[in-house]
Amino acid sequence: MAGPMKMRASVAGGFTEVRVLMTHPMTTAQSGQALHFIQNITVKQNGKAVVEAEISQAVSRNPVFSFRLKGGAKGDKIEVSWLDNKGETNKIETAVA
Amino acid sequence: MTRRSLLAFFGLLLAKPLTVLAAWNEQAFGAKTAADALKNIGASAAAPSKDIVIEAPQIAENGAVVPIEISSNIPGTTSIAVVIEKNPFPLAGKFDFKENALPFVKLNVKMGETSDVRVVAVAGGRQFVATREIKVTIGGCGG
Repeated sequence: MAGPMKMRASVAGGFTEVRVLMTHPMTTAQSGQALHFIQNITVKQNGKAVVEAEISQAVSRNPVFSFRLKGGAKGDKIEVSWLDNKGETNKIETAVA
Repeated sequence: MTRRSLLAFFGLLLAKPLTVLAAWNEQAFGAKTAADALKNIGASAAAPSKDIVIEAPQIAENGAVVPIEISSNIPGTTSIAVVIEKNPFPLAGKFDFKENALPFVKLNVKMGETSDVRVVAVAGGRQFVATREIKVTIGGCGG
């Protein structure tokens, strides 16, 4: 069950700032619960991958990330998707403001 | 291969998410020491650099949410990895930047206790490292 995501992307100072929130428990092996965490994140700008990340259960619950892209313009399409260790996935797309 | 197993096989292929590349470095993320994690991402011999900027609190009251902002001023940086020395599994993340991304990431991590945090940047095939100690008042690995 993939929870909702939120994203904000804006262009200022010559770069595009992308801030994204993912709803996810990110449970560790130490918590006594089943290990459940996001493993892969992909950021796309107008359909082209610009950041590929691999992360561990050490990322906090309901992960929030900021990324920066060179240049960019209002209306650019930014997509962020994730895949977790159980094969669940989610994505969000927004236009740069 | 029977027709049924062939169909099942293609069913599996279709079920794989198409938007995310599912590469995950199990060995590096499974490493229990920072040295092993660094070895598994090919960064054992990283050279210390002042051009990797780590912004984080000196003291984190809540180890469950420790904000870390990283940027690399090393020209041609293509990758940044975060290794939390004293966490049970030190490698917290690895970020690969394609040509249109700046070598910057801000994230929140869990820290079990006060620890050195090492950030490894790769530029032009060479590894660089910067280290920052973050003190933790209440550990946050039970989350």
